[in-house]
Amino acid sequence: MRQRSGFREAGWYAASLLILAVMLFPIYWMFMVSLKRPEEIFKSPPVWFPAQPQFGNFNALFTDGDVWSLWNSLVIAGMSTLIAMFLGTLCAYGMVRFKIGGDNLAVWILSQRMLPPIAVVFPIFLAYAFFGLADSYPGLILLYTAFALPYAVWMMRGYIQEVPLELEEAALVDGHSHLNVLWKVTVPMARNGLIATAIFAFVFSWNEFLFALVLTRTEVLTFTVQISQYFGSQSTFWAKIAAMSVLGTLPVFIAVTILQRYLVRGISLGAVKG
Amino acid sequence: MTATTATVERRGRPFWAGRRATGLMFIGPAIFVMLLVGLFPFLWSVAVSFQDLTGSNRTGNWIGIANYQKLISDARLWAALGRTLLILATALPLELLLGLLLAFHFQADRPFKRVFVALLVLPAVVPPMVAGSMWRLMLDHKFGPFNQIIGWLAGEPIVLLWVIKPHLAFWAILIAEVWQWTPFMFIILLAALANVEREQLEAAEIDGAGRLRVFFRIILPAIMPVLSIALLIRALDLFRIFDAVWQLTRGGPGNKTETVSIFMYIRGFQSFETSYTAALVVVLLILLSLAVTLALRRMEIAR
Repeated sequence: MRQRSGFREAGWYAASLLILAVMLFPIYWMFMVSLKRPEEIFKSPPVWFPAQPQFGNFNALFTDGDVWSLWNSLVIAGMSTLIAMFLGTLCAYGMVRFKIGGDNLAVWILSQRMLPPIAVVFPIFLAYAFFGLADSYPGLILLYTAFALPYAVWMMRGYIQEVPLELEEAALVDGHSHLNVLWKVTVPMARNGLIATAIFAFVFSWNEFLFALVLTRTEVLTFTVQISQYFGSQSTFWAKIAAMSVLGTLPVFIAVTILQRYLVRGISLGAVKG
Repeated sequence: MTATTATVERRGRPFWAGRRATGLMFIGPAIFVMLLVGLFPFLWSVAVSFQDLTGSNRTGNWIGIANYQKLISDARLWAALGRTLLILATALPLELLLGLLLAFHFQADRPFKRVFVALLVLPAVVPPMVAGSMWRLMLDHKFGPFNQIIGWLAGEPIVLLWVIKPHLAFWAILIAEVWQWTPFMFIILLAALANVEREQLEAAEIDGAGRLRVFFRIILPAIMPVLSIALLIRALDLFRIFDAVWQLTRGGPGNKTETVSIFMYIRGFQSFETSYTAALVVVLLILLSLAVTLALRRMEIAR
């Protein structure tokens, strides 16, 4: 319908590039700081591109053992995602195919996702102090599983609803058990949605800060808490903050870029189906 | 792509839907974990909220509703609540407006559009506490580039102490928040716009309807279901805002940027007012659960 002139085209691209430059600048800045030598970071006026880009700040994270916090994040987010996807898929299947709980249960589960984490974690903190679960893998994995579950159930509910019923009916009539049908028929059909949901659930847990801030001290420090500890009252370790932020953010960028097709559905809680 | 609305088709009822016992076994484990972590600790805090436990007083006496009375007269809490709502009321419209403008801009089908969109969503997936750290770095008055850039635009050097001066600290939080979450609005609205029916738009164009009229009469109603979910998600996120504020200001200077979450964190985990915090937790969880449930029902997202 619309007539396109070269001028219009150029204007569109110019505007797009400007928007990108503005929005990506803070990320660019963080990456540049991670490559600067420490004295360059504190130069005024600021240095927009390091004279000699170097990986010394990353090396420091490895030699000082700070990278263990990334491992802790990986273990906690990874394990809790696996458990949450397993239990969540079962639950979603029960809700969709056995019509358990109806809309009330669905609303309750989604509402669990939307409560303020600080209010959720305070009672947990009291309970964990009593049972000695604070600052331990089991404690953190349990909490993150519960945090990821509403999301997993909610998203898988949508994906399972899209699996045609006929295949399941045929398999059941052939004498397969319900669990078998779910595993052999439904899960393979909903595979892409399941993988996308798992990766987004992982990213949310990976990015989480408040739970970990409250419940970790030294043993299972996650990388977000590690970064917050670089902010001291006397000095702030920007070299490490930047390097750790880059290490923590890059995997997320890669995951999201690969999952571009599922992104909108994943972050809009299924309000938009891709 | 199709937007789900209340009119989404309901799938047929399988012949085994009546086997409730089997169904309960499927949903049981997940519900158990959610209750274990959600309900029982909550009941525990209800009990704690009627006592006078603190960091130094670990035995505690039953003191009735004193903690709840204290909540009502706590000026610092009300200030934190007001501030949280102010951030909500400024950031949310900004994110919506900017997200909508971006969505209209990137609606055009042009080469490399997908690359632009893919890059533009990146801020929304940065860990929020990292986003807060980034902006702390950006806004530093000595070695941050933000002051430098506005200095160029203004034509004279400008020194603004972003996270140190109270009135600027609010703007610092707002900038970081809007920067991170405008892309969230953008990508959802972009997908919603793609679902608005072409025929309707073309018919309106032929009828000579103005752009505003087309927007309010056709586009807005079509994207409303998706828009309202996005607004709900963002509003609740903004209400519980913690990570970015913590990194930027830790609630300071003084308590000038304290939000509800920061207030609770300081009371519960720094000054160890255990029972008092528990009372606030109870009130907040009950009120928000009600609000969220009502909102979700109205939107009929659960269908």
